[in-house]
Amino acid sequence: MKALAWVYMAAAYVFVFLPVAVLVAFSFQDGRLPVPPFQGFSLKWYEKVLGDGDLMVALGNSLLVAVVSSVVALFLGFLAAHALARVRLPGSVLMRGVLIAPMTVSYLIVALGLLHLFGMVGVKLSLWTVGAGHVVINLPLCFAICFAAMGDQQKAAERAARDLGAAEWQVLLLVSAPMLAAPLAAAFFLSVTFSWDEFIIAFLLTRFDVTLPVEIWSMLRSGLSPATNAVGSLVFLVSVTLVVALELLVFRRAK
Amino acid sequence: MTAGVSVRGVSQRYGAALALDDVSLEIAAGEFVVLLGPSGCGKTTLLNLIGGFAEPTRGQVLIGGKDMAGVAPKARPTTTVFQDYALFPHMTLAENVGFGLRMRGVGKAERGARAEEMLALVGLQGRGARRPHELSGGQRQRVALARALAVSPDVLLLDEPLGALDLKLRRLMQDELKAIQRRVGTTFVHVTHDQEEAMAIADRIVVMNGGKIEDQGPPREVYMRPKSLFSAGFMGEVNRIKVRDGVSVLGMMPVADGVLCIRPEAISETGALRLGPARVRDAAFFGGYVRAHVVPVAAPDTVLVVHLPQGAEVQAGAVLDLGASNYVVL
Amino acid sequence: MGWGLVAPALIWTGAFFVLPFAAMVVLSFAHMEGRTVVQGFDVGNYVRAFTDWTMVKALVNSLEITAIVTVVSLVLAYPLAAIIAFRVPARWQRLALLMAVLPFWTSYVVRSYSWLLVLGQNGVVNKALLGLGLIAEPLEIASTRTATVIGFVHFFVMLLTLTIYANLIQLSPNYMRAAQDLGAGRWQTFRHVVLPLTLPGVVTGAFLTFVLCIGDYITPQILGGNTELTLPQLIMLQLGRSGNFPLASALSVVLMGVVTVAYFLSSKWLRLDRV
Repeated sequence: MKALAWVYMAAAYVFVFLPVAVLVAFSFQDGRLPVPPFQGFSLKWYEKVLGDGDLMVALGNSLLVAVVSSVVALFLGFLAAHALARVRLPGSVLMRGVLIAPMTVSYLIVALGLLHLFGMVGVKLSLWTVGAGHVVINLPLCFAICFAAMGDQQKAAERAARDLGAAEWQVLLLVSAPMLAAPLAAAFFLSVTFSWDEFIIAFLLTRFDVTLPVEIWSMLRSGLSPATNAVGSLVFLVSVTLVVALELLVFRRAK
Repeated sequence: MTAGVSVRGVSQRYGAALALDDVSLEIAAGEFVVLLGPSGCGKTTLLNLIGGFAEPTRGQVLIGGKDMAGVAPKARPTTTVFQDYALFPHMTLAENVGFGLRMRGVGKAERGARAEEMLALVGLQGRGARRPHELSGGQRQRVALARALAVSPDVLLLDEPLGALDLKLRRLMQDELKAIQRRVGTTFVHVTHDQEEAMAIADRIVVMNGGKIEDQGPPREVYMRPKSLFSAGFMGEVNRIKVRDGVSVLGMMPVADGVLCIRPEAISETGALRLGPARVRDAAFFGGYVRAHVVPVAAPDTVLVVHLPQGAEVQAGAVLDLGASNYVVL
Repeated sequence: MGWGLVAPALIWTGAFFVLPFAAMVVLSFAHMEGRTVVQGFDVGNYVRAFTDWTMVKALVNSLEITAIVTVVSLVLAYPLAAIIAFRVPARWQRLALLMAVLPFWTSYVVRSYSWLLVLGQNGVVNKALLGLGLIAEPLEIASTRTATVIGFVHFFVMLLTLTIYANLIQLSPNYMRAAQDLGAGRWQTFRHVVLPLTLPGVVTGAFLTFVLCIGDYITPQILGGNTELTLPQLIMLQLGRSGNFPLASALSVVLMGVVTVAYFLSSKWLRLDRV
């Protein structure tokens, strides 16, 4: 029974890591195809990828959209959570429902709706339109995380601050936000990750300034290539470094 | 259904820490034993060893004369009332109480009847269809007790079962626990850090500290004649006066060498062991008694706590001539 | 004061989510004449969605794939989460979990592409099996439903391991101890105590899997190819090839409807068992 558990766990890890291992291994392929046999070790695909201007521009676009849309989503989500957690406004259950709703809708539908709307109103597609869509999908997440984190202790501290003469913006800035630093950071990084990796909204809502997933997608159209492996491996490396760094920071903090 | 428990030379090591250090304890069938001590003293570890949730590093646990080495919790004639009750939130009270019987393959009708019987025993008759979240803390505690007793264990283990209740309710539940134990006759082993609770329910109190048994005996004996300084201090407030060669800070003291331990209520103006005159620093009315801090004239750096009778009218600054009617030297 | 703080988020959601969605619903009742959209109230798109064989097949495909993926992912993820929560020593659990979901952090597009390298005709699996002499001809896995399912399962096993682990670790160990103390064996403890107590989390994870899986375009497009279209693939085809925006909108509303049904089904479950 015990042995079976370890065998199962090992098998699960193999399954989970198999595609990543293959991806990384064949990014060093000294040949034209990222499939066996392995023809020797080479870094040429990394050179090619890092020298690819379009890719680097796409990377910059992705970062920009991810950070800006996450900041906006977090700001809007935090304010709304603060208001709805504190005062019982008429219809607050309905408002919570509306704010959470985009979470249960496929990104494809969000993208289609926005594409149609922007077309009707005559807004030109750009990174801004992509960013607007990313705020829509990340706002519910930020709102939910902030709302869940606002407990009684939070409310008591805010009441105390008001009692001691703090204005509402001072309460938000000096008490609420610092107390929620950890969940705010979590919401922000999750948003950045989702936006950074999002494909369909970015694909449909921009024409010329593409993001990284869209650029990778167009690479795929020209068939299998170790260059795609190299891009994928680099993205993986960066994300894992970020995740491990976060984990270590959080871990050290918890201790 | 009841059986005795024998703990023989048991040690339990967690990494570098020694949670239990060569503990031996005999519990008679039908006895109500309370393991009393501060957190980390090893009392819960000992309970877990009896229940089978851990195996001792060294030593033996016998229940009803049978060695329990390698016997899983489900196969032991013990059940446990957990500190957090661990009532299954997705089951009704009747399902909770009938769970043990269900695991033993008892049919639905019989289970239902037994569950109702056990709920009646703890004063919750007719509430079988409710769910745990509808109950108050005290009621949950009763259900946990009914659930553990429903399978007729030989030994019932209680891990701080009253710890989550407020003081008033705790005192009420103590009396009920004692009454239920009398009725079912099962051996109860109860863990707590509340010495008043221990005195209220125990046939025998076992005082533990640092993984060892410090003292044991009936409540009166452990309180009045503690066998260690720790036991004396843990059972209640105590004044300690060092005595060497018949001399203390209060002057001549006709007792053996050691630490003279006197409970506050054992000090009065008539006590046989004279302590000499002392000045009252402050006094406060506590309902059943007047609690005063007094400074002996002979030892201005010493403060004694004294419980004077309810009717005593003492003012700060007054001088009383005090003596102890009961004491131990440790 | 409260209104001022909640208004920006509401306005954003209204302008960029509710309004576009409403506009899309209106559009779904329009129809095409040549290459121009003619507004009106025409249920023709919906009639097509439920009678045109290609469309019905896509809906059925999507539902089947999503059902298989959800069930298989749950069945694979639960034991993994349980092993990490109950067998791995506490100090190694975070690491074990982090490792189990590490590939989660690769780009979503790249993850599907990687499976193509593993499952393709010249891929690692085929080369290995051929090398071992277990098969004579390479298996046709890529560009089939199997490949789509494997790609999805890979992603959702990681997601569900995370959510189920979070649920398991919250269970007081005393629940398990109490069950065993009362005579339950390992299986009985799982069946009567652990599973019912983690059910809300499992249903939530399953719902999330359902929503993300049925609405995904990338994985079936890369791994399944064009042999068995799913609903999102069909929607994208309407947009790209024929520019039939009204039909794409109608199909999206159908997709939305399916998700809504799933939501009500699972929320009912949730409430039933949370009591």
